Amino acid sequence: MAKIELQKLVKEYGKTRAVHGIDLTIEDGEFVVFVGPSGCGKSTTLRMIAGLEDISGGNLLIGGEVVNQREPKQRNIAMVFQNYAIYPHMTVGQNIGFGLYTAKMTKAEKQQRIAETGKILGLEKLLDRRPAALSGGQRQRVAIGRAMVRDPVAFLFDEPLSNLDAQLRAQMRMEIKSLHRRLGTTIVYVTHDQVEAMTMADKIVVMRDGNILQVGSPTDLYENPVDVFTARFIGSPSMNMVEGVIAGGALSIEGATVSGFTLPSQEGKTLIGIRPHDLVVGEAGGAGLSASGTVEAVEPLGSETLVHLTMGKAQVIATAPGRVVPAIGSTVSVHAGAGSLYLFDAASEKALGRA
Amino acid sequence: MTMASTQELAANRRDIRPGRIIAWTLLLIGGLIMITPLLFMFSTSLKTSGQVYDLKLIPAAPTFDNYIKVLSDGRFMQWFFNSTFIALTVTLSNVFFDSLVGYTLAKFEFRGRYFIFLAILSTLMIPTEMLVIPWYLMSSQLGWLNSYWGIMFPGMMTAFGTFLMKQFFEGVPNDFLEAARVDGLNEFTIWWKIAMPMVVPAISALAIFTFLGNWTAFFWPLIVTTSKELYTLPVGISSFSAEASIQWELIMTGAAMGTIPTLLVFLLLQRYIVRGVMLAGLKG
Repeated sequence: MAKIELQKLVKEYGKTRAVHGIDLTIEDGEFVVFVGPSGCGKSTTLRMIAGLEDISGGNLLIGGEVVNQREPKQRNIAMVFQNYAIYPHMTVGQNIGFGLYTAKMTKAEKQQRIAETGKILGLEKLLDRRPAALSGGQRQRVAIGRAMVRDPVAFLFDEPLSNLDAQLRAQMRMEIKSLHRRLGTTIVYVTHDQVEAMTMADKIVVMRDGNILQVGSPTDLYENPVDVFTARFIGSPSMNMVEGVIAGGALSIEGATVSGFTLPSQEGKTLIGIRPHDLVVGEAGGAGLSASGTVEAVEPLGSETLVHLTMGKAQVIATAPGRVVPAIGSTVSVHAGAGSLYLFDAASEKALGRA
Repeated sequence: MTMASTQELAANRRDIRPGRIIAWTLLLIGGLIMITPLLFMFSTSLKTSGQVYDLKLIPAAPTFDNYIKVLSDGRFMQWFFNSTFIALTVTLSNVFFDSLVGYTLAKFEFRGRYFIFLAILSTLMIPTEMLVIPWYLMSSQLGWLNSYWGIMFPGMMTAFGTFLMKQFFEGVPNDFLEAARVDGLNEFTIWWKIAMPMVVPAISALAIFTFLGNWTAFFWPLIVTTSKELYTLPVGISSFSAEASIQWELIMTGAAMGTIPTLLVFLLLQRYIVRGVMLAGLKG
């Protein structure tokens, strides 16, 4: 069990800076998810924590001690890799036991640990099998088992679910989450999938171009994104963005009528973000934003339908509740109620507030 | 015959096209050309000295006398042992060193890595005939002439083997090695316990090529050895012809017995040889 602290952490490859001096505290027992697009520095940061990458600047503290110069094995952390990295020439039991290779334990103790770990992960009947005879989900569980068996101070996960199909991914998400509840060990988890971040994290760290943009709980990030990037990255489908102007205390958006919003004091060009679930197909009832658009495409999901619209110059996604599927090419009305708009400064893309 | 197999036969017959007949004929001729000397070798080994120039494939009165004669001659067993010892030692040495160097070149970033790789690779372009003189001078100055070590040292590590292993290790995902690093293994153990088992096909191919190459090696062992006790099998067998009269039946008998390990290697490891040849074809 340990707290992990990143202090002005820098990673440079030659003259290229991949991580720009980031600060972060990961509390003991916390489930922290690093999320961001490819190349944002999230995996590099994780690998620096693991000790697989040298730290170019700043400090990394585990349990209050600076570990910059320590070898991976001296940090007592365990890592689960994207392609599982379970050894094809060893059985499941040997793979799990491999985590104890350097542990000073008797054979019987090791066997007991392997059996216990196998039981927790539901692998007890598979311990004699080779990885080739396992399904993707089982392989991932073996990889987690090898990490667990050592009883490390923290688990590091590097996109562990990317190779699984959607259904299995959802199942493994919950398994990892419940494992975390059970073990209470600190977890640092890297993914580019915001759904994983939202469903699993205690704390999400949004990264872009080697910088941390925002740190917060999933709800916090969803409700109060600090900028356009985070707003669009968190939530599925992505938040719609339309251009507008605040002038004289009033918001105007081309092709839409707007009324009844409490606006921030900053005037000028503004980006207005509306989550697809807040932009509903149908006539407006009272104050809010109303507009009409041409249906370009529809994605029926069963309980609701995502409707892709051209609204003025903007392409947006709205939601049609129930099983009504609008015809492609038809014109539909959409509305968004008060409190559902996210306003951003058009130049800096920083959040101005909600309306 | 059942219905199904009759139909299959008919289907097979329809598949026989003129192109295939030509191909099969050519392959058959090629096969015959290759196997005839071997058959003559076995045939001659069963003949008496008087029948050697009687070029019949099946001897009039086959006899195993030559085998008894060769086996009862202590030198043959000594040469057989020498060849086995040398081929095995050189093979193990190549598997160890070639893969160790190949792994280092494939998986570690260090200054001069590319230059070292090029230097190793460039030795492939020098023919053995050119190397024999420096090898001999070196052996002579270091007192290695007429010793096992003298026979073995030039082949203990090869550029081709290093190259082959390097290419293979490059295909081993880094995740495996890093996982082992996080689990606390040292670099040598990672190589031995994790990386090596993942390139078993390459190791097998390298082992087969090295063993066969050394088993049949003639030129260098002939040059570096002078005492008959140290001869390898090919050199020893050839010495039969250097004696007063050429005893072809004994040479052929020795050669026939010398093919036994080669045949065993082929029969046991056929699968890997085919793969190995394909690899050599792809990478070489």
